[in-house]
Amino acid sequence: MNHSPASRNSQENTPPPRILTLQIDGQDLSGRADETILEIARQNKIHIPTLCRLDGLSGHGGCRLCLVEISGQNRPVPACLTYPQEGMVISTASQRLQDYRRKILELLFSERNHVCAVCVSNGHCELQELAVELGLSHVRYEYLHPRLEVDGSHARFIRDPNRCVLCLRCVRVCAEVEGAHTWDVMGRGISSRVITDLNQAWGSSQSCTACGKCVQVCPTGALSEKGTSVAEMIKHRHFLPQLLAMRTNRRE
Amino acid sequence: MTLKHKDLQQIAAAEEQRQQGFQHRIHVCQAAGCLSCGSREVQESLEQVVADRELEQEVQVKGVGCLGLCSAGPLVAVASADRLYQGCAPTDAGSIVDGLTSTAKTDADGAGTLPFFSKQHKIVLENCGSIDPERIEEYIAAEGYAALYTVLREMTPAEVIEEITRAGLRGRGGAGYPTGLKWSTVAKALRQTRYVICNADEGDPGAFMDRSVLESDPHRVLEGIAIAAYALGAAQGFIYVRAEYPLAVKRLRKAIAQAERLGILGKNICNSGFSFDLQLRLGAGAFVCGEETALIASIEGLPGKPRPRPPYPAESGLKGCPTLINNVETFANIAPIIRRGSDWFAAIGTEKSKGTKVFALAGRVCRTGLIEVPMGTSLTEIVFEIGGGIPDQGRFKAVQTGGPSGGCIPEQYLHMGVDYESLAQVGSIMGSGGMIVMDQSSCMVDVARFFMEFCMSESCGKCVPCRVGTTQLHALLSKITQGRATPGDLATMEELCDLVKNTSLCGLGQTAANPVLSTLRYFRDEYRAHIDNQRCPAHHCSMATTRERP
Ligand SMILES: Cc1cc2nc3c(=O)[nH]c(=O)nc-3n(C[C@H](O)[C@H](O)[C@H](O)COP(=O)(O)O)c2cc1C
Ligand code: FES
Repeated sequence: MNHSPASRNSQENTPPPRILTLQIDGQDLSGRADETILEIARQNKIHIPTLCRLDGLSGHGGCRLCLVEISGQNRPVPACLTYPQEGMVISTASQRLQDYRRKILELLFSERNHVCAVCVSNGHCELQELAVELGLSHVRYEYLHPRLEVDGSHARFIRDPNRCVLCLRCVRVCAEVEGAHTWDVMGRGISSRVITDLNQAWGSSQSCTACGKCVQVCPTGALSEKGTSVAEMIKHRHFLPQLLAMRTNRRE
Repeated sequence: MTLKHKDLQQIAAAEEQRQQGFQHRIHVCQAAGCLSCGSREVQESLEQVVADRELEQEVQVKGVGCLGLCSAGPLVAVASADRLYQGCAPTDAGSIVDGLTSTAKTDADGAGTLPFFSKQHKIVLENCGSIDPERIEEYIAAEGYAALYTVLREMTPAEVIEEITRAGLRGRGGAGYPTGLKWSTVAKALRQTRYVICNADEGDPGAFMDRSVLESDPHRVLEGIAIAAYALGAAQGFIYVRAEYPLAVKRLRKAIAQAERLGILGKNICNSGFSFDLQLRLGAGAFVCGEETALIASIEGLPGKPRPRPPYPAESGLKGCPTLINNVETFANIAPIIRRGSDWFAAIGTEKSKGTKVFALAGRVCRTGLIEVPMGTSLTEIVFEIGGGIPDQGRFKAVQTGGPSGGCIPEQYLHMGVDYESLAQVGSIMGSGGMIVMDQSSCMVDVARFFMEFCMSESCGKCVPCRVGTTQLHALLSKITQGRATPGDLATMEELCDLVKNTSLCGLGQTAANPVLSTLRYFRDEYRAHIDNQRCPAHHCSMATTRERP
């Protein structure tokens, strides 16, 4: 599952990563061979939209919003999981990419119920911000919007699967940072559902430590704190990098 | 134990003698198709008749693998007299045995001259229907494991890879990637722990090529895998087979046990110093688990979901180690190439696609079943000569290849020779070898909808374009077949096809739009008739009931 550069380097005695030169959107840049194109772009203030990606968690590659074009390759690749090669020429903002990103977002909006006006995260939602950024104004498809039951069984948190975009940040943070493995995915394809334990009510979960990390990393109003009303759920976006930095410092 | 060449020859000679001891040899198909219509009872009844008449010394009755003409099962072949009985019942046993000694002509005579058989060229299927898949001795008598022995004793790994490369063999799992190149990539990898995986997940609807090979000649696949393992320096291998193939699983288990007992698998094979452990892994039958990265995740015990490539499995596969993954049919070609040489193999087929291809011929065609033809054989030969044309005076409309990742090929390309390049040119793919013939009663929009439904329900759900895109494509196609679509929907659908094709994470999504794109390319009129006139030209979709939105 983990194909991060760290795990690749720990295998046998590989030499330290090489420094490469590459071009992003016409800028000549340098980057390390074990940094993703997304990381190199960010270091150079080149913005690429992302949704499933979260610093501190393993890569997922599911949302496809970070797609970039590499010259010589017809199919765009996810910047969050692609490593550079010497002399690579990358484009992050072509018309085609912008169209693709907007259309992918359109699909997400058609999948579940994302009516912002009644959402706890209204105004603080990454999905909403992306819609504004990418200029999504309407959805041409039939709304699929299955009616999914809201789980309010937990003492402190609420799960509203109708707002879920299946980025699986909750699954990853719970497994990789908290180590509780409470969250998982059930079913496949359009019937995929994020569940707690073996699809038990969250409140009855034996593994959940109620740490709330999943709530903080959730990009939408799918996971929220109890007692918040419309637009009141503001998430601490910087807590994860801070937490991980603290852990590293303590170890050193 | 260590097996010597002499031992192999002895086993082969003993087996041949045993076979020749019989005056008459009756083969009863015991592969899944015929078994499902009662071939076990036919075999039992034949054995009973032979026993009752005390003919056990002269007449051999044995179960064999797929005889090919699956639509006409249960099949019984009299191998000693070129006779094929179709649609047999247990009550026919008496007359079949009577027929052995009579010189009178029967309907079953001259099976070999039927175009269904005479047009074929069997390499992968050479033993199918002639050997008992559950006895390793019969495989050895048919030159089995001779190639492995040669490789271990006389060839360096580099020479083996060179031979496969020169043969021009390409992967039979779908994409046609050059097998020699794949092997040499894994062999070059830095890490010493390497794995070989045989992809026997075969998930395309209508495809049963790999299943038939595994059920009819499992040792051929084991031999190919072992040769690959030697060439790459892999000590462990896995066959990933779907649990829905219980007979294939049973025969593979038996074959592995037999090979281990003879020292053909396991430690210090044939005293060469090379050891190789081969195990089965059962999949739960998700189509996406046939995708190589999902398959590897599944073997590792993780959910069977793909991850982006690169890194390719050849560089970082099972447990992060260099891994070779090839299809069943690819492995089944290895031993014959070693035995007969790369020049022999490269002389068969077309310039860029060498050898033969096994197809599962199905749909509106008189004779359906399993066929193997040289690459470059025309669709006309396959559909009209081997398949016997369209039944009930029907009219040919299209042939679908490549399953849910493929496309529909219309009449104007019937003359076209089938190989990887030509199929891609007309907007389809070789795929794993499913071939569905359609006549005028098929609605092409509905065909596209059928495959989209498959992709939608088999999508793993990890990436948005595949998870939601296939669902929305299916919704749009349903709208069209129900007569509820507007011209604007067609444009939306074409745009969505482009999106799903170019932005999906793995091959499933990347190819899911192909059936729509190819039917749009050749049968756009049919889409228009549904949309503009609420009419289905094939009279297949019923519009009346759904005119107003539910
Ligand atoms: C959705 C999907 C399903 C696949 N299913 C199969 C399969 O059932 N059997 C198979 O051999 N290859 C399948 N493949 C192709 C494999 O990923 C892989 O390319 C193949 O096993 C390589 O073997 P080859 O080089 O011998 O063709 C599938 C690919 C995709 C994208
Ligand atoms: S951020 Fe790269 S795929 Fe989601």
